[in-house]
Amino acid sequence: MKNQNLYNYILGIADNSLILGQRMGELCGHGPSLETDIACTNISLDLFGQVRSYFQYAAKIAGDGRTEDDIAMLRKERDYKNVLLVEQPNTNFAYTLGRQFLFDVYHLAFLKELQKSTDLTLSAIANKCVKEVSYHERFSSDWIKRLGDGTAESKAKMQDAINDLWTYTDELFHQTEADKAMVEEGFGVDVTRLKEAYYTEINQVLEEATLTIPESKYFQKGGKEGIHTEHLGYLLAELQYMQRAYPNMEW
Amino acid sequence: MKNWPLWEVFVRSKNGLEHRHCGSLHAADEDMALENARDVYTRRSEGVSIWVVKSSNITASNPDNNGELFEPAHDKVYRHPTFYELPDEVKHM
Repeated sequence: MKNQNLYNYILGIADNSLILGQRMGELCGHGPSLETDIACTNISLDLFGQVRSYFQYAAKIAGDGRTEDDIAMLRKERDYKNVLLVEQPNTNFAYTLGRQFLFDVYHLAFLKELQKSTDLTLSAIANKCVKEVSYHERFSSDWIKRLGDGTAESKAKMQDAINDLWTYTDELFHQTEADKAMVEEGFGVDVTRLKEAYYTEINQVLEEATLTIPESKYFQKGGKEGIHTEHLGYLLAELQYMQRAYPNMEW
Repeated sequence: MKNWPLWEVFVRSKNGLEHRHCGSLHAADEDMALENARDVYTRRSEGVSIWVVKSSNITASNPDNNGELFEPAHDKVYRHPTFYELPDEVKHM
């Protein structure tokens, strides 16, 4: 492949949306109320829509006959480049929204930078996604405040979720080889420069939600290099089941 | 969430048209009601504006009184402006 770095770079962005989209999609029919069920599924559909644009572009760059579906459905666990945060399970509604919030704040800042990319396809995709993700961020941060500043029980659950998920936040700002190469070429976003504003905004919302900002400095990473937590395998089993059981099946 | 009050949702489908009642939903407060309405009723681009009103704030007529309220109008055809010709340019009357 001529442009392996660009291909890997696109997958790194797209896999986050794909895996988080699948997680939110798991709630279809299982949300805590009819209204929040639809809201979570909406977010899932937004993310899958974004994924299609990225994978179509990646398939074009790969140029080896693979389609967007092949790239989405037929890779092995180690070939997925999503961050560990997005593959964490829907333990309860606080975890679901905590994960969404911790990712959305990063995602929005990332897309705003990607809009300035000198790669016209990437900047066009970013332009389209930024409105959707602004809404996601508004939705999830609203819920953090509601649950944090709600009852004693909702506060305790929200605090637990934030404490547990905190360890996966630092990876968002870790640069892979593809990241570094793309930043040098002017296509990519330098994620290390998003870190400070990220934690400032997260801390602001947590304070407003009367939650305690975790002090832990122990962080997990590896997802961007394909080293995942035990949860991703199960998620992929469900995501890929149909294509693995009935190869080339179509709607 | 079972204690969330009920809200009525009105959506304006296009600028220039009126808001129309399209359904109801549950939400803890008006902000959440707007967000829920956006997700439940406008996700296939049905609207450009949303109103939400707490259902308990609506005063409704009693269906038992329908006879005295509405029936007297039935046999007075002269109350309806059906004898005028409407110019084609006038829409949404």
